[in-house]
Order: sequence, then C-alpha cells, then structure tokens
Amino acid sequence: MIEFSLDSGSGVSPYLQVVHQVRRALRLGLLTEGDQLPTVKDVVARLAINPNTVLKAYRELERDGLVAARPGVGTFVTRTLADSSLAAHGPLRRDLVRWLAKARLAGLDEESIEALFLATFRHVNEETA
Amino acid sequence: MNTVVTAHGLGKQYRSRWALRDCTLEIPTGRVTGLVGPNGAGKTTLLRLIVGMLDPTVGTIEVCGGKPAADAAQLAKVGFVAQDTPTYAGLTVADHLRLGAHLNPRWDDATARSRTERLGLDPRQKAGRLSGGQRAQLALTLGLAKRPELLILDEPVASLDPLARREFLRVLMEAVAEHEISVLLSSHVVSDLERVCDHVVVLVDSQVRVAGDVDDLLATHHRISGPLREPSTLPADQHVVSASHTDRQSTYVVRTPAPILDPAWSVSALGLEDLVLSYMEGAAFAPTHPDLEVLR
Repeated sequence: MIEFSLDSGSGVSPYLQVVHQVRRALRLGLLTEGDQLPTVKDVVARLAINPNTVLKAYRELERDGLVAARPGVGTFVTRTLADSSLAAHGPLRRDLVRWLAKARLAGLDEESIEALFLATFRHVNEETA
Repeated sequence: MNTVVTAHGLGKQYRSRWALRDCTLEIPTGRVTGLVGPNGAGKTTLLRLIVGMLDPTVGTIEVCGGKPAADAAQLAKVGFVAQDTPTYAGLTVADHLRLGAHLNPRWDDATARSRTERLGLDPRQKAGRLSGGQRAQLALTLGLAKRPELLILDEPVASLDPLARREFLRVLMEAVAEHEISVLLSSHVVSDLERVCDHVVVLVDSQVRVAGDVDDLLATHHRISGPLREPSTLPADQHVVSASHTDRQSTYVVRTPAPILDPAWSVSALGLEDLVLSYMEGAAFAPTHPDLEVLR
C-alpha cells in the first residue's frame, strides 16, 4: 500500500499529483500488479481532500489501463510500468553518480547542477519531440 | 451541467452601497465549491441571498430548483452554518441535537449521535464550555444531520487553529464521500480551500471576478516573465489577469487555453492561492471597474 501526499502551491492540481504519485510508484516498482490502491475513504481521511479529486485521479489511471476498480472491494493495479526498464535503473544510477561527482569536481554547486540538468533535459526533449 | 445555484444579474443594495452587483453565476451540483475573496467583498451577502435570509434588490436566484426560503420544503433542502460556527452557549450538546430533531423534517438522528460520539463530544457538556474546534464540529454535525441537498458554510475555519481546521475539513470531506451533498463554503484563506474544493468562485469588490473548476483554472493560468513588454503585444488569446513591471522586466499572470510558445518568456505554473491573489490584484487596474472602493 502506498500513501499519497499533497504539495499545495505547486500549481499542479491535486488530482494530477495523485496520478503522478501512482505512476511514479509503478515506474519504480513500489506498486506491482494486484496491489491495492488506498480506498477513496482512506485518502480522504488521511489528507482531508475532496473525494471527487481521488475519484477523478483513479478514473484517469483506469482509462490508461493501469488500474481497475472492483466495485465494493477497491482499486487494484493491473499493469506495472517498471517491467523491462527497471533492470537498467542500477547501471544508469551509477553513471549519474559518476557524472555528479564530475560536476562537483568542476566546481558546480547544487543549483547549477540542477539548472544544467533541467536545461539539457528540456533541450533533448525538444529535439526528439 | 446540473446546477444547485443559478443566479442572473443578482444584486443587493444597502442604502447607497452595493454589497453585491451584477452577479451571474452557476454552481454545479455534487461538488465542493469555494467562495473566496477579501473581507468585505460580498461573500456573506451572496451566501445569505442563497439561503434566503436576504432578498435581492435586483436579479433572480434559484437554489435546488426553487426560490430561496420560499416554503418549508425549500428550507429543508439548504443547510447553513453561519460565520464563526455559532451554537447556543447555554445549551448542552444533547440539547442541540434535540433542537435539530424538532426543527428539521429530514433530521438524521443516527448520524448526529454517531458523529458526536466519534468526535468525543460529551452530550451533557454545555456548548459554551467546548473548545473552538469542538464548537465548530458541533455546528457542522447539526448542518450535516439536517441532511440538506446543499450545505453552505460561511468562513467555517477562519477562527480555528491549523489542527482543528484540518480536522474540520476532514470531517466535512468524509461526509461528502458518504452522502451525495453539494457544499458551498466561503473563506478568505485560499490555502484552506485548495485541497477541498473542486470549483471556485472569486468575488472581489462585490463582483464575481472568475469562476470555474479548479483543475481547469490551474491548467489555463500561467505566470510569465521576461524583458519589459506592453500587454498589447501579447497574443490575442492570452488574457492578462495581473501585470507588474520593473524598468527592465515584465511579469504577467495570463489565462490562455493554448500553450505559451514565445521563447522570450519564462513560464511557471500557479498554485490556487497565487491564482486567486492575482485576480484580487488585477481588480485594482481592471478597466471595466472604475470603482472608488479600490482606493481603500
């Protein structure tokens, strides 16, 4: 079971935050097929959020074929997003750690590293889009 | 869209002052709608018009398919928790429930009792001896046990500490999950409403400035900043909500359905609080609104 959290003021609507958190958990293998998502009532009780928000998020995940609702029981994961790519995470992470060490050695502070990464990430995304 | 409140050209005048003007509004059924705006914007006036405690000077209003406070059936459909969640200080918790049962045809006694029990309210305790948070919970319990179609709350959490605030909103949201109920609550603190409301109405200087689904509003509003630029040079589909300039930089909050492509701008998302605040700021120079009140 996973727990949701909300970042208010981020400009991302609460329902999208829930969707993103489920997708991230699926991608990282924290949630796999057959796992149950928290019930709407549980999420409402924990976060004091609008039940419609949770329902909307679950409906969107259902539309994407990631979860299925079993009436009266709950919402369950039907597909994982991790599958083949999860095995590659380890080596990629090691590359990233090495790269980060290099960046620090070159004198970049946290802010510059983040800015450089984001700018490159966006640039590559735009080129491939 | 099914609506629980429909208003056309609604206005309320007190002597020479308009507390609410030209209010045309639809509030969807089955949703939690936040009514936000600064103090004195006309929120309480609008709520009282919906409840039927005030008659409009001009315009029409329909609530749950009827005229506000027209008859007993209409009164039973709308619950109202007034500002600062009032209770009778000299009456006990049990007295309040008995009073509720006598005064409301659709009273749900089982809900009322299980709620007070779950909240740990002693039935023999006088309401005047309860903490602020408990008093608010008692008022909410009465509002919910009435089993209205529309529950209206005027600044319900304004005087509560953060913990009691969260607890109050949690109980309210659980009730929304349990019963099919439309909720309309006002607040001048937007951060309280961000997670509980899926629809908002922003009221500034006695006029509705913007209304819509929270998700839509968040998706269509952006803060853009870049080199100094006149608002007239922005694309036609970008509606300027607020603007500020320094000698070399311009920052706008714009509403647009389309993505912002101009590479000169750095674009960022807006939280609901910032979004509402930009409408309040924007009111100060909105050309449609030559009003002396903005000088306050």
